[in-house]
Amino acid sequence: MKIRKELWFGFILMALILLGIAIVLLRAETITTGHYGLLMLALIVVAIMLGFPTAFTLMGMGMIFTWIAYERDTTKTLDLMVQAAFKVMGNDVLISIPLFVFMGYLVERANLIEKLFRSLHLAMARVPGSLAVATLFTCAVFATATGIVGAVVTLMGLLALPQMLKSGYDIKLSAGVITAGGCLGILIPPSVMLIVYGATAGVSVVQLYAGAFFPGIMLAGMYILYVIVLASIRPDLAPPLSAELRKVNLPALTQRVSDLLSNRALPGLVSALKGPANLQVPTGYLLRQLAVTLLPALIFALVAFGSYRLATNPDEMQAVSQTAGSAVAEPPGTVKEAARPSGGLAEPPGSGGLKEPPGAGTGLAEPPGASGGLKEPPGADSGVKEPPGASGGVKEPPGASGGVKEPPGAGQAAAPAAPRTAAGAGYWIGLAVGALALVGFYAMLSFQRLEIFKMLLTSFFPLVVMILAVLGSIVMGLATPTEAAAVGAFGGLILAAAYKQLTMAVVSESVYLTAKTSAMVCWLFVGSAIFSAAFALLGGQDLVEKWVLSMNLSKTEFLLLSQVIIFILGWPLEWTEIIVIFMPIFIPLLDKFGVDPLFFGLLVALNLQTAFLSPPVAMAAFYLKGVSPPHVTLNQIFAGMMPFMGIQVLAIFVLYMWPQIGLWLPHLLYK
Amino acid sequence: MQKLMFAVDRLSTFMGKAFAWSIVILTFGITWEVFSRYVMNTPHDWALNLQIMLYGTLFMMAGAYTLAKNNHVRGDVLYGFFEPRTQAWLDLILYFVFFLPGIVALTWAGWTYSLEALAIREKTFSATPLPLYPFKFIIPLSGALLLLQGVVEIARCIICIQTGEWPSRGEDVVEVDVEKLKAMVHVKDEDIIALDKYVAVPKEPK
Repeated sequence: MKIRKELWFGFILMALILLGIAIVLLRAETITTGHYGLLMLALIVVAIMLGFPTAFTLMGMGMIFTWIAYERDTTKTLDLMVQAAFKVMGNDVLISIPLFVFMGYLVERANLIEKLFRSLHLAMARVPGSLAVATLFTCAVFATATGIVGAVVTLMGLLALPQMLKSGYDIKLSAGVITAGGCLGILIPPSVMLIVYGATAGVSVVQLYAGAFFPGIMLAGMYILYVIVLASIRPDLAPPLSAELRKVNLPALTQRVSDLLSNRALPGLVSALKGPANLQVPTGYLLRQLAVTLLPALIFALVAFGSYRLATNPDEMQAVSQTAGSAVAEPPGTVKEAARPSGGLAEPPGSGGLKEPPGAGTGLAEPPGASGGLKEPPGADSGVKEPPGASGGVKEPPGASGGVKEPPGAGQAAAPAAPRTAAGAGYWIGLAVGALALVGFYAMLSFQRLEIFKMLLTSFFPLVVMILAVLGSIVMGLATPTEAAAVGAFGGLILAAAYKQLTMAVVSESVYLTAKTSAMVCWLFVGSAIFSAAFALLGGQDLVEKWVLSMNLSKTEFLLLSQVIIFILGWPLEWTEIIVIFMPIFIPLLDKFGVDPLFFGLLVALNLQTAFLSPPVAMAAFYLKGVSPPHVTLNQIFAGMMPFMGIQVLAIFVLYMWPQIGLWLPHLLYK
Repeated sequence: MQKLMFAVDRLSTFMGKAFAWSIVILTFGITWEVFSRYVMNTPHDWALNLQIMLYGTLFMMAGAYTLAKNNHVRGDVLYGFFEPRTQAWLDLILYFVFFLPGIVALTWAGWTYSLEALAIREKTFSATPLPLYPFKFIIPLSGALLLLQGVVEIARCIICIQTGEWPSRGEDVVEVDVEKLKAMVHVKDEDIIALDKYVAVPKEPK
């Protein structure tokens, strides 16, 4: 029988593991039960690689070894099994998994990705590599809301890949952007992976969410930066969009106003309203357009007013920041909640929709933006940059952590944020900057941009607001993850209804898929609960601990070693398996080396992210292959993923070097 | 034989799907509870216990359904590259080594465990106690369903070893239904094939 080369890879890995455990067992002077524990650990990896459903492999092997550990006492073994199962059934952390999964399926089926992608790529038409950047952006937002890698990669493969290929983008770059972007949802909260880690390691999911937020944004930012830089250096890989792709069609009525009066949206609409009625445009229509146009100004005024109240009322402010940790909903808290994300509402179209800086007037509002062209990306980033302001509330981190040049959005984010630290002057400066930005925004707002803004309003902002509301309420301590997940799922239903996709078929499909996915994850927990109990009973943990401590590692060496092990395990195993089987072994060791389990979790989450992009088991590549033209090869896709995998490794190092990126927010909120 | 297998498939699927709807109850229930606590200021002390029971029931009862649709996560490094016959042999052996002992034990232990709970009419520890024993009966019930489904899966393995290919399973929703997704974003197969001209033709140097 001819053995394929993929099989060799697996067989060699299996042989190495078996060889390793054989050496350990043979070298030991006396075989203790702890050695059985190690043997069990080695066998489970091999058994999982054989491809039998992991939950039952864990359960069966755990039971056999528990029986050995209890010296063949069947009653005790049975008791332990049923208690392990019941513990998982009553787990108040895992309960949010089905809810988040349900929300994801509903959002996916609301079918707003097409509009989302189109509006984003129009908004970013001037950015180098705009299609790739828009793809990453869409992925980041959509994957965060759904968390389903396969669906996001497939959908983007159907939507973005044709566009990129038609525009002459490099195949590898296109494939890499789609696969890397599609996997972002695993890291950026609300993600199921963090719940699984939290449940296994006993770390608060709330803190994990707060902690993973900036690293997730950072990773997305690094991807985007890489694409922009690459597209600037090598325009042949990602040529600018053709005028045809960039064109925005105006509705007939708007076109008339634009032709006859002015292409500036605000003056055009106002003069059309007060001018002679010979334009034959219904007043109602004009008023509706005007309402949309004035939305940013309205929101800005709300933000300014809300933060002014906060700034001038220090007691209330104190109360908010203190009660934020507990579960009390203070009215100003809700004002803040509502106001901050809307700061984001006002900004992105202003800078994102920028085609050519029409005057130096805007230069004031966006200091780095004065030179136009290349500087626009930061503007485009402001959509991403806003969330920090939304959940955190201090203006430093967005710039510091993003690795992106100071986003113009920061100016406006600062408006509500600054008063918290320095009330008087800081507030007015922030307000002035924000107002200038607003004036600049209206100066540039043409009817084309108004159309883009309207598209964003119906695709991008609902999702962003939903994510931020879910995350914000968790992180600010207003709701438990379970409650936020349920409200998020409810929001998913509303979203699907708003997009007229809420049919019985959609709901029942989502319900059944949710049941299967939750059963998959939670039965894995049942299996692993029995398995880890056996491992602990056998004393495998003590042996591992003794062995690791005898190596006299420093903290850095330990972290490096553990991350390398997890990275390697990421090839043969899935992230669920790695977390539920191996985290119980690593977590007790963390204390010995003084590593924060929260920080370790963030590193692990970033690390496991690479497993999704590493051949030969990177499933993202196979999903993309399924919907790409026949001549795109798997090797091209793999090659395209490599740079992004490199960025992921870089991100792990950045997070390791500056742990504050991850720990700042949880410490601010909960310490 | 085939008929019997499908009957068991249908039973597992029906039970799994029926209990799957508790996610909708959960969604609305918790949303209502959030509303009632924060807005109307009337929290219910039994709500959390009820939520957890619903979640536990949901995933336990979906276990057999998930097995019937082959959706339990597998280590995929090697398995996908094996011939169907090799896959079936491996599965068959491991069903006897891991699955049957594990699930039989779980079902049996769950049965005695819930009988004990029934004997004392066990309730939750809370101001408004809820009966806990029906929840515990979920363990033997879902275990028995899984066992039944497992036997069918073993039969599938044997058929596969005889014929060299996996017998069919009933249709079901899948997470990534490429055809459906294509329809959703209005992309046709021809469009994808038409794209090949951008891929296959080597770019002429300019």
